[in-house]
Amino acid sequence: MKHKQLLDLDSQENQNIGAMEIKENGEEEQQIVNPWKVEAKEGGKIDYDKLIDQFGCQRINQSLVKRVRRLTSRAPHVFLRRDIFFAHRDFNEILDAYERGEKFYLYTGRGPSSEALHLGHLIPFMFTKYLQDAFKVPLVIQLTDDEKCMWKNLTVEESQRLARENAKDIIACGFDITRTFIFSDFDYVGGAFYKNMVKVGKCVTYNKVVGIFGFTGEDHIGKVSFPPVQAVPSFPSSFPHLFSGQDNLRCLIPCAIDQDPYFRMTRDVAPRIGYHKPALIESLFFPALQGETGKMSASDPNSAIYVTDSAKDIKSKINKFAFSGGQDTIEKHRELGADLEVDIPYKYLKFFLDDDIELAYIGKEYGAGRMLTGEVKQRLIQVLTEIVERHRRARAAVTDEMVDAFMAVRPLPNMFD
Amino acid sequence: MGLSKEHLLARLKELQIDFSQYDHPVVLTVEAQAKYVGHLGGGLSKNLFLKDKKSRFYIVSALADTKVDLKVLSVRLGLGKGGLRMAPEESLGEILQVPLGCVTPLSLVNESACNVSLLLDQKFKSQEFCFFHPLSNDMSISLTTNGLDKFLKSIKRDPSYVDLEANPSVGKDQPPDLASLVPSSSVVLADPPETAASSKDCTENTVSVGNKSTKMSTSKPSINAKKAQDKPANITDVGKMVDDLLDSTSLLVLKEITEENIKEHGEELGELLSKKIKNQLAAELHNTIMIFKNTAYTEGFHAGMHCHPKRS
Repeated sequence: MKHKQLLDLDSQENQNIGAMEIKENGEEEQQIVNPWKVEAKEGGKIDYDKLIDQFGCQRINQSLVKRVRRLTSRAPHVFLRRDIFFAHRDFNEILDAYERGEKFYLYTGRGPSSEALHLGHLIPFMFTKYLQDAFKVPLVIQLTDDEKCMWKNLTVEESQRLARENAKDIIACGFDITRTFIFSDFDYVGGAFYKNMVKVGKCVTYNKVVGIFGFTGEDHIGKVSFPPVQAVPSFPSSFPHLFSGQDNLRCLIPCAIDQDPYFRMTRDVAPRIGYHKPALIESLFFPALQGETGKMSASDPNSAIYVTDSAKDIKSKINKFAFSGGQDTIEKHRELGADLEVDIPYKYLKFFLDDDIELAYIGKEYGAGRMLTGEVKQRLIQVLTEIVERHRRARAAVTDEMVDAFMAVRPLPNMFD
Repeated sequence: MGLSKEHLLARLKELQIDFSQYDHPVVLTVEAQAKYVGHLGGGLSKNLFLKDKKSRFYIVSALADTKVDLKVLSVRLGLGKGGLRMAPEESLGEILQVPLGCVTPLSLVNESACNVSLLLDQKFKSQEFCFFHPLSNDMSISLTTNGLDKFLKSIKRDPSYVDLEANPSVGKDQPPDLASLVPSSSVVLADPPETAASSKDCTENTVSVGNKSTKMSTSKPSINAKKAQDKPANITDVGKMVDDLLDSTSLLVLKEITEENIKEHGEELGELLSKKIKNQLAAELHNTIMIFKNTAYTEGFHAGMHCHPKRS
């Protein structure tokens, strides 16, 4: 796996942006990865090595993970240990600054397109919570209700309602209210935020945005002017009530890798308007129950485990729909073992089973054929049920007043403590 | 796998409940049990583990010769005709955490059984003492109804004695007389609540598959008390949180201090136990306390927003 030597980061990225975009949206590259579409090459799975190459970000290696462990004095999160958050841009710079005593803030978000959240949606939030706790830094969470209003053709009211509902599930992930600001675009855009949007907008030509996001002449102007909205939370001056006087504060963005195009654009623009480039730390896609051919889809209830699923639902979905890498017959299985590359229960355990020793044991026994798919599924059902139950309990404790408090434009005096 | 027989007996002793214990080979039926303890006077119990159509579970514990008619019971509980059937075998292990043939009111001590309803035969009261299995079928213990009640109250259960042979008519003007004994939520996770306040289900203990790293059990007790309503007032109740926290820790400690473990680890048991507590409870604690923090902040914020300006 070749690593790009990003010595001359700026120009390389600038060059890459134009060339890459045509490739990924057009005819030459076969896998499609952008914020609105994730599709592997025909019949295959997403080639992440190629994606990293294509996008120009870097792989997270074990020495980086060790560095995180050293700086935070605690075990790195499961997602880091297992290459689930596997790519980054400038994460090393964030760590360098942190070591010097310079803090940073976190920025992540969600497009509230449906009430039903599944486990794949929770992944960036689970990881962001870990980062918040481990580094003791503040976090802004953007709910792009305007984006969903435009792309999914929802009414303004409906998208705002969904934003609030989703906020509850996000809060249930365990964010610290004394260091977290959640905002919806319809509520917050204006003032300093809007000023930054205009600054960013001035730096991106129509052609460029078409190249990055694949807009056509038929797309309405709302869509075309949306990208700056998602870009500017990367700049501390967009949040004067939080970061006034701290224009130098760096930003780290945990997200799934399909969001990379927004932030490539943002990183391109940042130095031109006098801001630090935001750093990124990116995850793989959580595979659908039926197998590794794309993202989970909120429109197919059997492709995913939802946070509202009952224990019975979870059991039934895993047993019925989780794609098995085991062999067809017990004899064959005992002989050949399971194909861990495609086995969904094992992959899911990689995401959610915290115990490294147990996971390794399962991998060994299942891969050798000594453990059966049924046993692996049963363990997975236990693990997922516990997670979903814990989420539900936390979710039940989130009141409308709590959402109001998280979303209030208020100072966070202890956000770095 | 749930509380052990030894722990249960220790608990009974702690609560100063009188009982006599009788070891015998494993028995799966009342007839077999009678062979060993039937001559000692008192009453043998037969215990049924039942399930209704909405996946709610019941233990019916009766004298061996009391006639229990499931159809009648079903109507009396308000479940309609034929709403009750024997619970499937797996649920014995999953919910009551006892082996086959070992249903016993004492199994309600396990967290996983927190939503199981208990119906006790009124006729127990006419007996000097009755026999129950203490979570294992190789032993029977005799308890008076007072002793049984004391135990049930210690695990926050109300003992409900019912005339199991009665067959009152149930109709428009005569509501089902046992309707109050139907559990408020099913053991399977209930539908998402409309508001923040709702009665919560307790989590099942997890047992790790094939974990060879230590011999100690790896089941995780949950911190939230079984019937707590998660209203903000309850969440920020410091006393309650401390109690729940200490309960879970105690449960874990008691579970791990067994003769076997003492023999195996000796002096090291303390250190091992301490590590175990930290590992297993840290995540749960963190979540619970974060919820506490956020709720307390929200209450303060709300108060601040509605605060009247100072009168000067």
